[in-house]
Amino acid sequence: MIKIFKKHENFIYSLTAIVLAFLVGSVLIHLSGFSVIKAYSALFDGAFGNVFNLTQTFMNTIPLIFTGLAVAIGFKSGLFNIGGEGQMYLGAFATAIAAIYLNFLPGYILIPLVLIIGGLAGSIWSFLPGYLKAKTGAHEVVTTIMMNYIGILITSYLLLKYFKENSPIPQTVLIPESARLPELIEYSRLTWAIFIAIFVIIIIDIFFKRTKLGYKIQTVGENRSAAEYAGINSNKMMVLSMMISGFVAGLAGATIVMGVLHRFITNFSPGYGFTGIAVAVLGKNKPWGVLFAAFLFGALQTGGITMQLFAKIPMDLMVVIQGLVILFVAAPILIKKLLRK
Amino acid sequence: MHEILDVIFNINTFSAAIRISVPLVFAAIGGVFSERAGIINLGLEGMLLAGAFAGVLGSYLTGNPYIGVLFAIICGAFIGFIFALFTIKFEANHVVAGVGLNILLLGITTWLMQILWGSRGTSVNVTGLNEITIPVLSSIPVLGKLFGSHNILVYLMFIVVIISWIILFKTPFGLRLRVIGEHQEAADTLGIKIRKIQYTSLIFSGILCGLGGAYLSLGHLNWFSMNMSAGRGYMALAANIFGGWNPLGAFGASYLFAYTDALQMRMQALNLNVPNEIIQMIPYILTILVLAGAMIRSRPPAGLGKHYKTNR
Repeated sequence: MIKIFKKHENFIYSLTAIVLAFLVGSVLIHLSGFSVIKAYSALFDGAFGNVFNLTQTFMNTIPLIFTGLAVAIGFKSGLFNIGGEGQMYLGAFATAIAAIYLNFLPGYILIPLVLIIGGLAGSIWSFLPGYLKAKTGAHEVVTTIMMNYIGILITSYLLLKYFKENSPIPQTVLIPESARLPELIEYSRLTWAIFIAIFVIIIIDIFFKRTKLGYKIQTVGENRSAAEYAGINSNKMMVLSMMISGFVAGLAGATIVMGVLHRFITNFSPGYGFTGIAVAVLGKNKPWGVLFAAFLFGALQTGGITMQLFAKIPMDLMVVIQGLVILFVAAPILIKKLLRK
Repeated sequence: MHEILDVIFNINTFSAAIRISVPLVFAAIGGVFSERAGIINLGLEGMLLAGAFAGVLGSYLTGNPYIGVLFAIICGAFIGFIFALFTIKFEANHVVAGVGLNILLLGITTWLMQILWGSRGTSVNVTGLNEITIPVLSSIPVLGKLFGSHNILVYLMFIVVIISWIILFKTPFGLRLRVIGEHQEAADTLGIKIRKIQYTSLIFSGILCGLGGAYLSLGHLNWFSMNMSAGRGYMALAANIFGGWNPLGAFGASYLFAYTDALQMRMQALNLNVPNEIIQMIPYILTILVLAGAMIRSRPPAGLGKHYKTNR
């Protein structure tokens, strides 16, 4: 029994953290005068109740895989990139604009090209916090938060000034058909993006497990002075990991534009970048862990909407649960104490 | 050009900056106290937000804004204690726990707002803090305009800046606090009650953020709105660093941020040829520049972010 426990220690802690978060959540639901059973059953039904809801859950999982991976990649080098939201906006914006202007290209060139452009836009946005952290030690949490505000403002400015569709809604025109990701199930908005996400998970997993560069980045994250002693340029590794992280966050925006919205719209995100923090923390910064955590939070996001619509319970409960999950996972000693009792 | 210079050196801009600086100053000094005790406090943001909410709640329930301020103080103290529990007792990573706390408090305040007032945007209007005019001071030309008429939290802020500085640098408690931030093991060996001091300073940090939050909602707008702290907690942390982990420095840095913010708002009203989105970015860009600039020349407390187990 103890042996099994030891082997799956991390998993058991994460699971306990989730259960605890839901328990605290139910106290809040109850105190606010709602039925806990009604709330959680509406949540469950909304996330998994029928095929349509399930595809919605998968659709919400995809950006969370990217933003969660982005945070996890930063963590590998010891950096906490909470700028995923801004990097995602830049990625979405660049992808939409590139797709609109390069509409003469055939799909098999256009799709990978605008994906990469979206990723690079994210990279550009994460470069500065990485560079400043390496050069001056400026805390990346503060700088990435500021870059979020700047990123959302700048995309909205550029949109309104140069690229707005001729309508009252602040959005671009639709991107060409050739740049859209094909749907897996008709009318579901669940597209090939899911395979791109899984492909990126595999690549990142291999990168950190099998390549020298990935190993170097992790060494910096674990012990910067030891890494320096071993001849690794830790500054370079930090900037690099921030840029990879930003690239992946940019892909979140790119795939939303290519698969779901088919255009750039201001304020399109329900906070995927921030939920990515909870995803990475719960997934213990492991690529496959991120997949499961993203699915959980994708389900919460989808179910939360149903809960609000039909049970009239504010969906901000999901934000509460995210915060609790992060706090509980960050404090394994608390869980250890609880489990021992 | 003449118009811009007019705004830059206008007494009203300086006076507006005092008002805007209040939440930043409180939170930045909250940051000074926790970071001097070795705890990285990104939770400032959530604490401000919760303080703003508690202030409005108190005023809503009793009709008295001063009870609202009391609510904010109690709420801040409680959250400071919870944050201390997680970072000290449960040895959570300070940065992760701080961000988790912020997300949690954003969720809880938005949730409660909908339960209480049925809206996700803003709360109902409540009674805010009234302005207090100081008789003689208010009639002096420049000083009167700057300091003559404010609500109680503004005056309290000036007192807090000075008292915090005295506590930190002129009292045995402050000395012990600073030793803990530099080297917990050494402090422990000296017989300093590390835990007690750390808990105290985090609770104090929470109280200060509560006051800053109460100013945001009760001193400024008289209502609460979703995520109304809008990154000020993070800016305050940067101001704390730029100010060299010193209450006086934190005040100066916060005032600088506030001044740019005041300038930004006035420039928007000027109808210059610069788009508003670009003007709105100025405080955020400045925060990044200032933080990067400050880090080159200053040194954080050596034990910041580290966990240490006492044997007692």
